[in-house]
Amino acid sequence: MARVEIKNLNKVFPGGIQAVKNANLVVEDKEFVVLVGPSGCGKSTTLRMIAGLEEVSSGDIHIGDTLVNDVPPKNRDIAMVFQNYALYPHMTVYKNMAFGLILRKYPKKEIDRRVREAAEILGITALLDRRPKALSGGQRQRVAVGRAIVRQPKVFLFDEPLSNLDAKLRVQMRTEISKLHHRLQSTMIYVTHDQVEAMTMGDRIVVMLDGVIQQVAPPLQLYHHPVNKFVAGFIGSPPMNMVEGRLAGENGTVHFIDKNDAVCLTVPPERHAALKGHLGKKVTLGIRPEHLRESGTPQGAEGASIKALIEVVEPMGFEINLYLNLGGQSITARINTSVEPTVNTQHVLDVDMHCAHFFDMETENTIV
Amino acid sequence: MANSRKTVKTALKLGILGLLSIAFVLPFVWMLSTSFKHESRIFPPPGQPPQWIPTTDVRDDQGRTLVKFDGKSAVDLGAEETGRHHLLLDGKQVEAWDHEIEPLQQVGLHWENYSKAFEMMDFWQNLRNTLFICFCTVLGTLVSSSVVAYSFARIPWRGRDAVFVLVLATMMLPYQVTLIPLFALYSKLGWVGSFKPLIVPYWLGVPFYIFLLRQFFKTVPEDLSAAARIDGCSEFGIYARIILPLAKPALATTALFMFLFQWGDFLNPLIYLQDDRQYTLAIALQQFQSQHVSAWGPLMAMSTVITLPIIVLFFFTQRTFIQGITMSGLKG
Repeated sequence: MARVEIKNLNKVFPGGIQAVKNANLVVEDKEFVVLVGPSGCGKSTTLRMIAGLEEVSSGDIHIGDTLVNDVPPKNRDIAMVFQNYALYPHMTVYKNMAFGLILRKYPKKEIDRRVREAAEILGITALLDRRPKALSGGQRQRVAVGRAIVRQPKVFLFDEPLSNLDAKLRVQMRTEISKLHHRLQSTMIYVTHDQVEAMTMGDRIVVMLDGVIQQVAPPLQLYHHPVNKFVAGFIGSPPMNMVEGRLAGENGTVHFIDKNDAVCLTVPPERHAALKGHLGKKVTLGIRPEHLRESGTPQGAEGASIKALIEVVEPMGFEINLYLNLGGQSITARINTSVEPTVNTQHVLDVDMHCAHFFDMETENTIV
Repeated sequence: MANSRKTVKTALKLGILGLLSIAFVLPFVWMLSTSFKHESRIFPPPGQPPQWIPTTDVRDDQGRTLVKFDGKSAVDLGAEETGRHHLLLDGKQVEAWDHEIEPLQQVGLHWENYSKAFEMMDFWQNLRNTLFICFCTVLGTLVSSSVVAYSFARIPWRGRDAVFVLVLATMMLPYQVTLIPLFALYSKLGWVGSFKPLIVPYWLGVPFYIFLLRQFFKTVPEDLSAAARIDGCSEFGIYARIILPLAKPALATTALFMFLFQWGDFLNPLIYLQDDRQYTLAIALQQFQSQHVSAWGPLMAMSTVITLPIIVLFFFTQRTFIQGITMSGLKG
């Protein structure tokens, strides 16, 4: 077991594309950290550098107490699970799992014990004599995980392992990997582009964009306190609504007025202090869909309601997703099923301004 | 309406294919048929069509040949040096000139071409030589070309693609261009008159197979190499334990094509082999034809013997063969 530390890590590909920019990250021992971001954000490259599959352009990677920059992958004591499983097609499941141990010249008995144990954990004992070709996607994924487990590595690396599975299987494997983490108590670094996976699995989440780490935080902190507009918009589904406008203050009140002057929302007094420096400036208001509520509910702050045209109604069962048009801007609301909204009608929603986020329009950083 | 058009289309396609296949199979059929013909029947007299079905003389119970004379069949009792034949016709002796009679023929095979062919050459020695060269060149091509192809396909190094193009460019050079410099080189090395010039070059990589294997290796997902690297494989380990086992179809194609080429190669052995103890089957065949006389019957018999293993091989490896042609996108 080990902690992983990344210091000032950079990766420049031939051709000058910088995939990772000055990344700093500490993954504690036994921690489950998820790297998340849109495709091309550098998350996989970071993982592959930790694995030793990509060379480091500059910066240091430590696994345990060892600086591993120049250590070949096989000596880093890591195991990796790939998106396309990367099972050896010409070997049986057993051989696939045993291969790493065979190369390390473990005694046959030990190999057999470990493979059977891992197969037991993953419920693939019956498949040991099959070839990967004869397995379903979910089974292949289990074998790929099994191959990582038998090595008993210091660090597990997952590179979008669930992306090729169908939705149902993905949810199932998600919980299984989480269970596995609790059982094995080892350090795991997990890359995904799916923020739901990130939120549900990670002890901490690393959000990346354009090669830069945006924020590192536990899931709920990330959700409630995003550091910038990108993180706020990326985490959460449906995503946070962003309304561009400005802040206006007079007589001890603060209002958010959208760019079309169609919406005027009163900001509650406890947030005034934080917004003081931005009065009269352009800001983006961020409001999560669940903070738009049916008009008349107690949480709706005084003087903070909007009227918008319903374009699409998506009943989800437990709640309803409403897609509305607010003066040309699309916004999403998540309301309970007590009302039955109809398409193409104007609908009034209260905005919970206690939970609203404000972002500086220029820097896109969070104001409050 | 649409159905009948489809039928016509299919019929047309099959018709063209059928005609073409007849054109291709005809020389082979002629070889097979000639290998069973008597020497006198191989080339038809002027103005007559070639004989396709081998025939033998008709004989009576005393072993005398029967001939046709004056529209009737007669027993040929023998001929004088002048070409005057004594015939027994309806119990009476008559005489006839050579051109007046025609030996009676029945469908039958002249197996003696085969026994003669085996007498005329040291078949087993030639076969051993051929197989030895085939084995060594196939092995050499597999080992050397796959290593080079692996490097071109899976290891990034500076100038790799330029070098690859250079390797491909050597394929564009006609063989005749390098023939003489190569001969000069091998003769300086003292290799002429040995198997070395026929075998050693194939241990140094063959551009066509390098190309073919590279294309195949490139189709193996990069993540397999990454997984193997993490599992503890060296670069050679990835090549030997992952890529090669997965490339079996491409390797089989390479081996098959190489074997076929070497089995039938005439020019190289002709240039470099000097002692007839070293001759390959293809060269030994040449001995059936001399400046003045050609033993066509035995030649065709031996040709059949030599072609037969290839045909049998083809039946067993048809899939590999066709796969290979589609894989390379080229004619083999």
